[in-house]
Amino acid sequence: MELKEKLISSFMAFEEQIDVHSELHDVRTSAIKNFENKGFPTKKEEAWKYTSLNAILKNDYSVFPKHENAIEFAEVKKYFLHEIDTHKVIFVDGKFSSFLSATTHDGVDVCLMSSALNKPKYKMIIDEYFNKIASKDETLTTLNTAFANEGAYINIPKSKVVEKPIEIIYFSTGVENALMVQPRNLVIVGENAHVQIIERHQSLNENPVLTNSVTEIFAQKRAIVDYYKIQNDLQSANLIDNTYISQKQESNVSVHTFSFGGNITRNNLNFYHFGERIDSTLKGITIIGDKQHVDHYTLVNHATPNCESHQNYKTILGDSSTGVFNGKIFVEKEAQKTDAFQQNNNILLSDKATINAKPQLEIFADDVKCSHGCTIGQLDENAMFYMQQRGIPKKEAKALLMYAFSNEVIESIKIPELKQRITKIIAMKLGVNLGFDL
Amino acid sequence: MLEINNLHASVEDKGILKGINLKVNAGEVHAIMGPNGAGKSTLASIIAGNENYEVSEGEILLEGEDISELAPEERAHKGVFLSFQYPVEIPGVSVTNFMKTAINESRKANGKEEMPANEMLKLIREKSELLEIDRKFLSRSLNEGFSGGEKKRNEIFQMAMLEPKLAILDETDSGLDIDALRIVANGVNKLKSQDNAVVVITHYQRLLDYIVPDFVHVLMDGKIVKSGTKELAYELEEKGYDWIKAEMV
Repeated sequence: MELKEKLISSFMAFEEQIDVHSELHDVRTSAIKNFENKGFPTKKEEAWKYTSLNAILKNDYSVFPKHENAIEFAEVKKYFLHEIDTHKVIFVDGKFSSFLSATTHDGVDVCLMSSALNKPKYKMIIDEYFNKIASKDETLTTLNTAFANEGAYINIPKSKVVEKPIEIIYFSTGVENALMVQPRNLVIVGENAHVQIIERHQSLNENPVLTNSVTEIFAQKRAIVDYYKIQNDLQSANLIDNTYISQKQESNVSVHTFSFGGNITRNNLNFYHFGERIDSTLKGITIIGDKQHVDHYTLVNHATPNCESHQNYKTILGDSSTGVFNGKIFVEKEAQKTDAFQQNNNILLSDKATINAKPQLEIFADDVKCSHGCTIGQLDENAMFYMQQRGIPKKEAKALLMYAFSNEVIESIKIPELKQRITKIIAMKLGVNLGFDL
Repeated sequence: MLEINNLHASVEDKGILKGINLKVNAGEVHAIMGPNGAGKSTLASIIAGNENYEVSEGEILLEGEDISELAPEERAHKGVFLSFQYPVEIPGVSVTNFMKTAINESRKANGKEEMPANEMLKLIREKSELLEIDRKFLSRSLNEGFSGGEKKRNEIFQMAMLEPKLAILDETDSGLDIDALRIVANGVNKLKSQDNAVVVITHYQRLLDYIVPDFVHVLMDGKIVKSGTKELAYELEEKGYDWIKAEMV
C-alpha cells in the first residue's frame, strides 16, 4: 500500500484512540481531507521544484510505533547540550519519554502536547493558538495537523525570562524497520518574556526515518524568542520541518538552522507579522556532502509598518550533494518602512554538487528598504595560497576558510555552549584538528 | 640559500618570467626593483609555490634542493616565507590561533612536537613587542578590518613568529606611513642574521633606506636586466627606468 493510502486509512484508527467528539475532531478531519485531495507534493509544484520526495516515500513506514522503546541516558547523553538543570522534552520513536525529560509546570509550562490537547485546563489556550498560524492548505502541514497529538508544549507567561535553553529532542531507535513520525510543537511566549529553545531530531541507527514536523510559535508583544534547530542526523533520516511564527508588536524572534546531516531535509520557515517594530531573524549554516540534500524554503510576510527582517544562509556543498535556497520576502501595501535583508552565500566544493538559489521579493509598499544578495562560488584560491604559504596544509586551510565563510552566522549564536558545540560539529564535519577550538 | 636558474613561467600561456637567474647567499639582503608589470610579484609568488603559474623551464633551489615541484606548505615548512602585498582576510580566526596552527603544522612537518602553550605565549609576547603590536590586536580576526599598515605589520609579525630562512617581502612598504615603515623595517633588521636571507621587492628606494640591501636587481619584462649595489637603487629613484631600457637597446 502506498504511504498516502496507508496514512488515510490509519486516520480512522488514530481518531478512535482519541476523543472523536472533541472540537479538534473537525480540525483533524478537514486537515486529512486536504491531504487526501493534494497528496504528497511533487516536483511539478513550484515550491517543490528542486526537491523530490519520491524515493523516500517508497519505504514501508510504521505510522504508529508498535512498542514503547526505551533508551539509556548514557546512550544519548552526547546529544544533550545540558545534562542537568534545564527543561527538556524528549521523545523516543514519537512517544514521550518521561525518563529522559525534565518537564515543569512551575511558573512556566514545558510539557506535552498530548496533555495540552486533552486536558480541559488548557482548552482555552488550545482554542486560541493551536493550528492558528500553521497553514490549512499546505499539504504536509495538514497531514501533520490530522495526526497532531504529540510534541512539545511550551507556554512562557508574561515577563518571564527563562534562564537556560529548553531542549526538545526526538530520538528514533530504529527498532521499527522504517518509521514515520509527525511531531507537533506549540510555543507561546508571553509579553516581555524571553526563551531560548533548541530542537533536534536524531536517529540512533540506520533504519529509515521520515519526520514531518510542525511547530507553531507565538511571540507576544516585546517577547524575545531564540530558536535553534540542529540537523545533524544519520544519512538514513529524512526531515520535513514546517515552522510557523506569529509575531506581535516589537517582538524579536530568531531561528537558526544548522543542517549538517540527514538524507533529505526540507525546512519550511514562515514568519508572519502582526504589529509594528517587529524584528525577525532567519539564519542557517548548511554543510553537506555525499548525496545529501538540504532545501531551505523561507517566507517573511511583512504585513505591518516599521518591521525588520534579516536573513543570512551559508551553504557549503561537497561531493554530489544538493542545496536549495528559496527565500521569499513579501511586503504588503501597508508595510511601509520595512527593512528586509536577505543574503545567501554558497560554496561548491565539487563539480557534482548543485545549488539552486532563488531569492523572491514581492513588494507592494513604496517606501521600503529591501535588499538581497546571492553568491555562488568556489573557495578563494588566493586565500588558500596565503594559508598554505604559512605552512597550513591544503585540507586544514580549506577547513579554516569554510569556517571563516560560516563565521557570520556562528557569531550570532547567543548560547555560548551551543556555539562551541556547533563549531565542534563543523570541525568534525570538515575532518580536521586545527590545534585550537574553532 | 636561494638559487634560481633560467626560470621561465607563464600564466594562461602568457609568458611572464623569461629566464631569471638569481643567487642569494645566507646573510644577504637583495632588493628587486622594476616597473609595474615587470614580473616582480610573479617571481615572489612562484618562489613561494603559487600553483596558478606554470613553470615551463628552469629550477629553484633552496639550500641546494630543488623546491619547484613542492606544494606551498612544503616550501613554507622548509623555511620560505612570503609577505603578501595583499594579505587575505580570514573572519573568525584570530591572529593568535592562526599563528598557533601555522607554527604547529610546520613543527609537525619537521618531526617536532607541538609547541607548549606557555612557550607559544612567550613567543607571541616577544614578537608582538618587536613589531609594537597591541595585545588586543592579536585576538582580532586575521586581517579583517585591518588598515593597510596593520596588515603589513601583521605580515612581518608572522614572519617573526615563523623565523624563515628565506623571507620575500612583496611591496611591504606600500600603504605604510613613515612610522609604520620604520617599525616594520626595524623588525626585519632585527630578524636578519647570518643564517637567513631577505629578498625585498619594492617600487621605491624609500624602504631601502631602512632595510639596506647588499645587492639591487632590476627586473624588466621578465628578466633581470641589471644588477648592482645599493647605489643602483638611488640611481633608479633619480632617473627612472628608461635609461636602462635605452642601455639595453
